[in-house]
Amino acid sequence: MSALTVSGLCKAFGGLHVTTDVDLNVEPGERRLIIGPNGAGKTTLFNLITGEITPDKGSIHLFGQDITKTPSRRRPHLGMARTYQIITLFARDTIIHNVSLALLGLSPARWNPLIDIKHQGHLIEHGRAALERVGLAHIADRPLAQTSYGERRRVEIAMALAQNPKLLLLDEPFAGLSIDERRDVKQLLLAIPRDVTIVMIEHNMDVALEFAERITLLHFGEVILEGTRAEVVADPRTREVYLGH
Amino acid sequence: MSARLIALGIAFVALVTVPYWMPGDYYINVASQILFYAIFALGLNVLVGYAGLVSLGHAGLFGIAAYATAYMLQIGYGHTAAIVVALIVGIASMAVFAVLSLRSTGIGFIMITLALGEILWGLAYRWISLTGGDNGINVRLRPALFEYSLSSANTFYYTTLVVFLLSVAAMTVFVRSPFGASLMGTRDQPRRMNALGYHVWMIRFYACLVSGLLTAVSGILFVYYTQFISPQTLALTSSAEVLLMVISGGAGTLLGPMVGAALVVVVKTVVSGFIERWNFLLGAIFVAIVILMPEGLVPGSARLWRLAWRKMNTPGKAAVTEGKP
Repeated sequence: MSALTVSGLCKAFGGLHVTTDVDLNVEPGERRLIIGPNGAGKTTLFNLITGEITPDKGSIHLFGQDITKTPSRRRPHLGMARTYQIITLFARDTIIHNVSLALLGLSPARWNPLIDIKHQGHLIEHGRAALERVGLAHIADRPLAQTSYGERRRVEIAMALAQNPKLLLLDEPFAGLSIDERRDVKQLLLAIPRDVTIVMIEHNMDVALEFAERITLLHFGEVILEGTRAEVVADPRTREVYLGH
Repeated sequence: MSARLIALGIAFVALVTVPYWMPGDYYINVASQILFYAIFALGLNVLVGYAGLVSLGHAGLFGIAAYATAYMLQIGYGHTAAIVVALIVGIASMAVFAVLSLRSTGIGFIMITLALGEILWGLAYRWISLTGGDNGINVRLRPALFEYSLSSANTFYYTTLVVFLLSVAAMTVFVRSPFGASLMGTRDQPRRMNALGYHVWMIRFYACLVSGLLTAVSGILFVYYTQFISPQTLALTSSAEVLLMVISGGAGTLLGPMVGAALVVVVKTVVSGFIERWNFLLGAIFVAIVILMPEGLVPGSARLWRLAWRKMNTPGKAAVTEGKP
């Protein structure tokens, strides 16, 4: 059974076809990279998979379960977590509170108006454990406003990891990072165990290529090419479409 | 932390002893008004401050609870029945408000709540068989609790104080709870909250119900205080007034709405006895608040206090540290 199966997925905004008949099959434990030039429909594909946008046609299966019509807010409960290309965090709060919110999202306690969130030991504990994995545990109590861009990228990843997902969707996790920070983030992504399936959109080929096992090339909303890392890199169409010469 | 506890202790003692140091019944009644308007402002603050949803129809909800109480008493029911029905009517109206207005946020939410509030005002004005129209409804008697009739200024003040303290305690628990954190999350990043597995609409809906409960409670206290309800109470100006209480005091803080309520009530009742154009004064105060501390009186004062404190402690470096957060 595949971790993620997308079949015949279509989405158009008016006359603009951003996703055209996309098929995608990701095996459990796989590391999949999705590449394509700007405007290829990569983030739209993620938004369709997470349910933030409803497709016009086609279906999405998560571990064999049809989730095409499942509301996006239910999908994290089924084991799907994502990060955003544009950092989307809670700027007024501390790092640990951001991660706690990720944990709370999957807990029935999120409806409880009577207990003190500060006394929810397991939230703090699991939150710290997630921050440990991304190397931010030492500044867990720092307000987000006082963190660097690179640290915020890692908070994004920590929030996704905290939810203990089966399928992790990473939207440009290396965007805007320095060389050192890219190396750190790559290390922490490599450390994610194989029971987590990862689909990643990324432009930074030097770090992303090492990480990926299979690569899907999107262009104008269509899958142009799919194969192993070596196949896709060697294919002349990659050069033509993606590298532009 | 301990300074905070001492301040709270002083405030508590001051509130409990109001009838002993206030110069007369008139001022005790002003204190009662401050307290039930503070409950109203706390209720609106749940939406404005913690949910990021600005309502301009809350006077309608406040009024409908007051009308329900007055109407029940008029047709012969007892106080308990009147209060219970008023609470149910208040929350049910809020639920209807919420279902209609939560279809949107931002300006859309403001306009829908404004329209709904105006509809309730129109009904109060025109449905004369039910509301008495412009003449309103009189409430002949305040209830008696055990043997203490609430007809005196003192007993009514203490009753209001108890309800007020309960409301403040409930809000304190609420904002620190996981649900409070969820609500503030939907205010700051609704899209992210949805992607994290939260039901954003439902969280906002429940927050509306909490707001509706506090609004209904304050409406009931109001109608027992004035012993009269007329369409004027539901007018848009009343909605704007309570919104100004929340914003001037500091939306999204616990203390802010209470301070805002005190400010508005004092200017409206006490200062208006000395200055004919008190509306002008209130407007000037709001302009001053917006210019000097746009975040509201309570967070603004805290900020200025910290700044002054730092300046005092580091006289030489004052100029250097000033700009930093």
